[in-house]
Amino acid sequence: MSARAIATAVRAGERSARSVVEEHLAAIDSGEGEIHAFNLVLADEALVRADDLDRRIANGEDPGPLAGVPVALKDNLCTRGIDTTCGSRILEGWRPPYDATVVERLAAAGAVAIGKTNLDEFAMGSSTENSAFGPTRNPLDTSRVPGGSSGGSAAAVAAGFAPLALGSDTGGSIRQPAALCGTVGVKPTYGRVSRYGLVAFGSSLDQIGPFAATVEDAALLLEVIGGHDPLDSTSIPEASPDLLAVLGRGVEGLRIGIISELMGGPDRAASVEGIADDVRARVEQAAEALAAAGATVEHASVPSTIYGLSAYYLIAPAEASSNLARFDGVRFGLRVDADTAPEMNTATRTAGFGDEVKRRIMLGTYALSAGYYDAYYGKSQKVRTLIQRDFARAYESFDLLLSPTAPTTAFPLGDKTGDPMLMYLNDVCTIPSNLAGHPSMSVPFGSGDDGMPVGVQILAPALAEATMFRAAAVLEGSAP
Amino acid sequence: MTTTPRLTRDDVAHVADLARLTLTDDELDAFTGQLADVLDHAADLEALDLDDVPPMANPLPLVNVLRPDVPVPAGDAEGAADFHAEVLAAAPSVEDERFRVPPVLGESP
Amino acid sequence: MSNQALIPGWEVVIGLEVHAELATVTKMFSSALNQFGGKPNTNIDPVSLGLPGSLPVLNEKAVELAIRVGLALDCVIQRSVFARKNYFYPDMPKDFQISQYDLPINGEGSLELPDGRRIGIERAHLEEDTGKSTHVGGGGRIHEAGHSLIDYNRAGVPLIEIVSAPDMRGAEEARAYVSELRAILVAIGASDGKMEEGSMRVDCNVSVRRDGTTELGTRCEVKNINSLRSMGRAIEYEARRQVDLIESGERVEQQTRHWNEDDGRTHKLRSKEEAYDYRYFPEPDLVPVEPSDEWIAEIRAALPMLPRERRRRLADAAGVEPSATALTVERGMDDLAVDTIAAGADAARVLVHVENNLADGVGELTAASFAALVAMETGGDLTATQAKTVLADLAASGGDPAAHAADHGFEAMDTSELEALVDRLIAEHPEVWAGFVGGDDKERRKKAGFFVGQVMRATQGNADGRIVNELLARRATEQGA
Repeated sequence: MSARAIATAVRAGERSARSVVEEHLAAIDSGEGEIHAFNLVLADEALVRADDLDRRIANGEDPGPLAGVPVALKDNLCTRGIDTTCGSRILEGWRPPYDATVVERLAAAGAVAIGKTNLDEFAMGSSTENSAFGPTRNPLDTSRVPGGSSGGSAAAVAAGFAPLALGSDTGGSIRQPAALCGTVGVKPTYGRVSRYGLVAFGSSLDQIGPFAATVEDAALLLEVIGGHDPLDSTSIPEASPDLLAVLGRGVEGLRIGIISELMGGPDRAASVEGIADDVRARVEQAAEALAAAGATVEHASVPSTIYGLSAYYLIAPAEASSNLARFDGVRFGLRVDADTAPEMNTATRTAGFGDEVKRRIMLGTYALSAGYYDAYYGKSQKVRTLIQRDFARAYESFDLLLSPTAPTTAFPLGDKTGDPMLMYLNDVCTIPSNLAGHPSMSVPFGSGDDGMPVGVQILAPALAEATMFRAAAVLEGSAP
Repeated sequence: MTTTPRLTRDDVAHVADLARLTLTDDELDAFTGQLADVLDHAADLEALDLDDVPPMANPLPLVNVLRPDVPVPAGDAEGAADFHAEVLAAAPSVEDERFRVPPVLGESP
Repeated sequence: MSNQALIPGWEVVIGLEVHAELATVTKMFSSALNQFGGKPNTNIDPVSLGLPGSLPVLNEKAVELAIRVGLALDCVIQRSVFARKNYFYPDMPKDFQISQYDLPINGEGSLELPDGRRIGIERAHLEEDTGKSTHVGGGGRIHEAGHSLIDYNRAGVPLIEIVSAPDMRGAEEARAYVSELRAILVAIGASDGKMEEGSMRVDCNVSVRRDGTTELGTRCEVKNINSLRSMGRAIEYEARRQVDLIESGERVEQQTRHWNEDDGRTHKLRSKEEAYDYRYFPEPDLVPVEPSDEWIAEIRAALPMLPRERRRRLADAAGVEPSATALTVERGMDDLAVDTIAAGADAARVLVHVENNLADGVGELTAASFAALVAMETGGDLTATQAKTVLADLAASGGDPAAHAADHGFEAMDTSELEALVDRLIAEHPEVWAGFVGGDDKERRKKAGFFVGQVMRATQGNADGRIVNELLARRATEQGA
């Protein structure tokens, strides 16, 4: 049952919120042991919340557009009084004294928080194997990864543990796991959704966004969490986009470009490497489907996107190295005692952070350090400008752009853990949107040669989520 | 065009120190290779002519996001007193309502 | 300004970095109260505690106060960007400080000292304060403490850091600069400027060079200065230390040094080589500040009169040099003085009274009553001593100076009565009189003082000293001296 159908039934009094929550808790009970989508299941809290909603509905109140809908929350979103680990030992047992803005908005819309989902530690990774609490497995084939870093959220939706989930996306951490698990995943325009209460990774890149089984449900969730928040200085001072109303409008007359540089293949020299043939074939098929629905589809060039990966893996670690300094054992979270404060900081951080987090902290520290700033961080910031300019040029000719979401379908656990650079290449198609601050989303479109789902990425200019969702609805309807 | 020298083991030891991390010898070896790989990949940026390109710190064109100078107690309805108690209760070590740390050795920079 | 050489043959060069807490209601980046000193860790919230997920939002009032400071110091007000200054320290909740680096809100400007000399201002930027550490054990000394306790009430309090050019040439000038800066900050409502309470903190960059040379010497930054007095001592100690080093054939090493009030010395904290690598980069959680011309104009229009403008106004009214009005302006009595002079009072007498006879404040004194009093004094109805007494009455309880004078029984003394008294005293003290008649200027003043004193004693201070002096001079002339 879709989130929208649940909310409609619960608001009308046709279904109790309790029955909805019980049904999803039962699904979690039977599947979670194998999949490990959650770091924490909020079974008791969800039932209490459901009963409260049912009482309010009985009293004639309307709890809102997500009445009784279970939502899984990535475990880097602060929940007051509820463990928020970021998949890290350093925050094990930490209970934030405040709620993230998105958590407050979900509550105000009548949603039920059903659990905190597993992630790569501090959202750094593309497979959810970097969690301190063990990996999450892909519900479609448990020998494979669900993608990452929001792998727990993607898996929770794919496994039917929750119709909706929230993730965060710094370089693809919503879209790539959505593609690998066969769900819809959206990275909104930077500033569209408040970051207040999202434990920061790369502050100028991070966005919170929805996972859902359908495009309509993703639109519903984004409408609820979007819109201006005075607690986030980078929040766009505009109302949440109106998405549900435009979903049926089709793509007639839209100009859509396939980004050549992100398609790979032997005949494309100026392209990123590693795009699998079966993935490319699905993207081309999706383009045909959009053309068949009335869009004009052509090849587009966004030349500097091929530099996105390099720039991203300097900018995001640089910001992370600073954002993660506060995990020092003084005010919250883990402390490993030592004789002096600096030694205590070092002992705590050394014991509390996993290898991937350490790698990125060191990389970012290096990129910002005296003598290297211009060569690394400064240069990367300029590449961002180039990428934004190239997109702007492309959007003079196109309304939307198209690419693969991930280079390949879901890969086996352990396949890439030994080679960080190989893992980073998973983000090659998703990173450009983060660098430019533009919205993009992954929509499932058939499967690869291995039978695992393929995601097609739709990219849009800043604030053009509505157009992006129109194309997503068309792809969903024409998916093989 | 300048070529940045390849990352050394000493560089990694230095940044680990700056970032307050301790690495074993084996870790130092492994991290040096892995980080150098990432920086080698980033060498593709050296081919770009970026002299006249301004850096972009943030994708948004926003300026002057300001907040009125009006107090709001933390913790919403429950107020500041609860917030005070909640954060101290969650702290690793507290004495006299303050956060306790081992000796700091020197002045802040 | 007195530029007397502290160390003969050497010039001391001083630049100052002054941090002042801005007088906002809430913190720089969050809505917690800007108050500290009370119960620890009460004025905190997720932002000022640096909790994971928290985000800064800039306080509009802090920006306005910074612009006021910039305008008062004739700075260029410009587009500014916040940056992160990264370093680990327990009192810094995020382990980075949000500051401004290459793009400060206020660029170059200058400050005019009461003597008219201008000190260059390099920049005045916004940043956040740290929490407060208390060192427990080891007598509270940082290096010997057993552990430390942190209170974050002060963390996130808005600061303005005002960086001067190396334009000062002695401890006295540095003190004058800090005093003037404090007066400006207080006048424009930007800060309470209390150095002893730490709401204004000064770091000194000190170097020395041989007289006649123009190249700057290697400087040392001296921290932990808690009063104007210790600043003077620290500068003098540090300058001597550097001169001693050079004169004994050694070199000054660029260092950060710590002033110790107890032993009166500066101690090395770290050398340039040990300096922190702060890894500054633009703060991604904040957007640039671009004050509009309209906003700046609005702030400028609302700016109160600055100390230098007050000095000039009073100087114009009194017909004196601005430097002669510094004390009156510093005491906040220049409005009264200007109004009193405008009411027709003798400017010189007004300034003398304000500087010498109103140390306890103006109280109930009004410009009208002050002017009436000065008129009585210059008209010969009151002696200087009597005027001082009546002035105290006016300050204490207001009212009419003539009534107070009458209450004291002050009336103009008959000159013939005074003449008789002077003649009697001359007769009684012939040797003193001989000294007056035959002595040099110095001797003459001394003997005159004796006679004036005797007259005052005999008349309970009701005589006019000026007239006594005139009488003495006339008698001496009459004797054909």
